[in-house]
Amino acid sequence: MFKQKKSIKIFQSFLFPLLLLSVTACGQQSTTPANNPTPAPATTTASAPSTETKQLTIGIAQFVEHPALDAAREGFISQLAKNGYEKDKQVKIDVQSAQASMDTAIQIAQKFEADKVDLVLAIATPTAQAAAQTSKEIPILFTAVTDPVEAGLVAAMDKPGANVTGTSDMNPVEEQLKLIKEMKADAKSVGIIYSSGEVNSKVQVDAAKAVAGKLGLEIKEAAITSATEVKQAAESMVGKVDAFYVPTDNMVVSSIAAVIGVAEAQKIPVIAGEENSVKSGAIATYGIDYTKLGEQTADMATKILKGEAKPADMAVEVQADMKLVLNKKAAEKMGVTIPKAMLDRAGQVIE
Amino acid sequence: MNQLAVMGAIEQGLLFGILALGVYLTFRILNVPDLTVDGSFALGGAIAAKFIIDGTNPFLATLLAFIVGALAGAFTGVLHTKGKINALLAGILTMIALYSINLRVMGKANLPLLREDTLFTYVKDMGIPNLTVGGVTLLSGVAIIFIVGVLVLKLIIDWFLHTDMGLDLRATGDNSKMIRSFGVNTDSTTIIGLALSNGLVALAGAWVAQYQGFADVGMGIGMIVIGLASVIVGEVLFGSSSIFRVTLAVILGSIVYRLVIALALDAGLNPSDMKLITALIVIIALTVPTVAKGIWKKQAVRSARGGSSDA
Repeated sequence: MFKQKKSIKIFQSFLFPLLLLSVTACGQQSTTPANNPTPAPATTTASAPSTETKQLTIGIAQFVEHPALDAAREGFISQLAKNGYEKDKQVKIDVQSAQASMDTAIQIAQKFEADKVDLVLAIATPTAQAAAQTSKEIPILFTAVTDPVEAGLVAAMDKPGANVTGTSDMNPVEEQLKLIKEMKADAKSVGIIYSSGEVNSKVQVDAAKAVAGKLGLEIKEAAITSATEVKQAAESMVGKVDAFYVPTDNMVVSSIAAVIGVAEAQKIPVIAGEENSVKSGAIATYGIDYTKLGEQTADMATKILKGEAKPADMAVEVQADMKLVLNKKAAEKMGVTIPKAMLDRAGQVIE
Repeated sequence: MNQLAVMGAIEQGLLFGILALGVYLTFRILNVPDLTVDGSFALGGAIAAKFIIDGTNPFLATLLAFIVGALAGAFTGVLHTKGKINALLAGILTMIALYSINLRVMGKANLPLLREDTLFTYVKDMGIPNLTVGGVTLLSGVAIIFIVGVLVLKLIIDWFLHTDMGLDLRATGDNSKMIRSFGVNTDSTTIIGLALSNGLVALAGAWVAQYQGFADVGMGIGMIVIGLASVIVGEVLFGSSSIFRVTLAVILGSIVYRLVIALALDAGLNPSDMKLITALIVIIALTVPTVAKGIWKKQAVRSARGGSSDA
C-alpha cells in the first residue's frame, strides 16, 4: 500500500511540471499565479521604467548551483531591481538550473524559446551555449563564461555580432599563479585538476601553461570526467606538486572539498580561481567578485530591456577592479604562512 | 608511487569493496546483472548528505541510506518478478528514475559536506595511529577502521548466505526451476536479494560521499562496471571456492582495482581515461580464463591424438 501511494506521489510530482510545460508551450504564460491573465498594469507603479504595460519575463538558465554562480545570479537579480526592474513586479524571473546536465540545459533553452521570454540570462558556459544554439532572436546575456570566443558564443569580444553578449569571468591566471610563488618561494610545480568537458577550464590550463615558464613553475594537469574522480586525481599528484591551482571549473569547484581534504593532510597550498572557493577552504585568490559580475550583467540587461542597445553591438565586458582574498585558517592547515605584505594589500581576509 | 596515493587507494578500495559485495550478490549469487547500482550508489550518497546537513546523526543517516537503497533494489525486483520486465531493463528503469529522485532529495546537483560532522569525523577522532614498519607507512589509521567495518559486513553477509533464506537465494541463482519445484518462492528471494544488494550499494555511496566530502548526482555513473571489475578481478586472483573465500576475494579485488588505477595515474594517465581502463580490466579478466581454457582444451585434444595433428 505504502509503495503504491509513494509511486503515485512521485508520478504526480513529475506529471505536474510536465503539464505546466505543455501549457506554457502553447503560448499562454501562466506559470505564476501572480500573473494576471489580462495585461492590465495592476502592479505597475508610477516608478515603472518603461511605458509598456506588459510585464516582462526574464529566463535565467544556471548550469549548476555552487556559491560562485549563485552569487552571480543574486547580484544580477538585485541590481536589476535597483535599475527599476523588480522581481515579481516589473519583471517575472524564471530561474532554472540544469543541475550540471547538458541535456537539461538544452531543454531549459527550448522552454525559454517557447515561452518567448524577453531576455535570457545564461550562467556558465554550457547553458550559454545551449541558449545561443536555441534562440536566434531573443537577447541572450551570459555571465561566468571564461572565454566566449573560444566557446563560440560571440564573433569577437568587442563586437559580438548576434543576439548574444555578456560578461566574462576570465580570471588573471598569471596573477593568481604569482600568489603561489609569493607564499612558497621554492614552489616548482603546480597541479591543476579540471574536467575535460568544460571549454572554460581548458582555456585556463592553457593560460597557466603559457605563463608557467616565466614564473619558474611547471604545470601538471589531470583531466577528469566525473566528480568522484577528483579525490584520486588529487592524491595521484601528491609528491609531484608543490601547490594546487583550482581553476573556475564547475565540476572541480563543486567538488573542492576533495582537493582541500588531500591538500590539508599533505600540507600542500591550494590557490583558487575565484573567491567562493577561498571561503570553502582554499588559501587565496586574486580576481573577480561574482556578485559584482552579476550586477554588471544586470546593467547590460537594463540597456537591452529599455531598447537602448542591441546585443550585437555591446562588447563583452570583463571586471576591472580585482581583489585579493585570503583565508588565514586554510593557510595554517596547509602549512604555509601568509606574508605580511600580502595581508596588507588584501581586499578581504577570512579568519 | 607516493604513500598517500597507496593509502588512499586502499581506503577507497575498502569502501568500494562494500559496493563490490552488493554487486557480487546479484551478479554471482542471483545471476542477474543489476544496473540499479548506478542509481542506488548516488541515492545512498544523496540521502546521507541530505540528512547529515539537516543535522541527523551520521550513523543514523548512513543507516537510512541503506534502507532507502534497499527499497530501490526491491522496486527493481518487483518490476522484474511481478511486472515480468527483463532484469536488465528493470534495473535501467529504476536507475534512470533514481537520477531525478536523487536531484529531488539533494535539491541540487552537488551537496558539499565540508565542516559537517560525518562518520569520518568520528573515525579521525578515534586517533588510531598509522601502521608503520621500518619507516614505511603500510596502513593509515583510517584504513584500519575501514578494514574492521568492512570485515564485519562481510561476516554478516557470509552468515546470511548460510541461513535458510540465504540458501534459497543461492539456489534461485543456480537453478530457479528446480528450487521452485521444492516450493521456494523465487520471486521473493529475487526481491530480497536485489534489496540487500542495493542496500549495500547505497551504504557504499553514503560512506564514499562522507569520505570525499560531497554527494554528487553524477557519482553513480559507471559504478556497476567498477563493482563488476572488483568481483571479477577478485575471483580471478583470490579464488572462489567457498562463500567465506569469495566475499573476501571480492573486497581484495576492489583494493587491487584501486591500486591498478592509482598506478595508472602515477604512470601519467589521466583520470578521464580511467573508465576505459576499467572496461579493459573487466574484458581481460572475463576473456583470459575462457581463452586459456580453450588453449588448454586444444592441447588436451592434441596430446590425446598423440601430438600428430597440427591442423
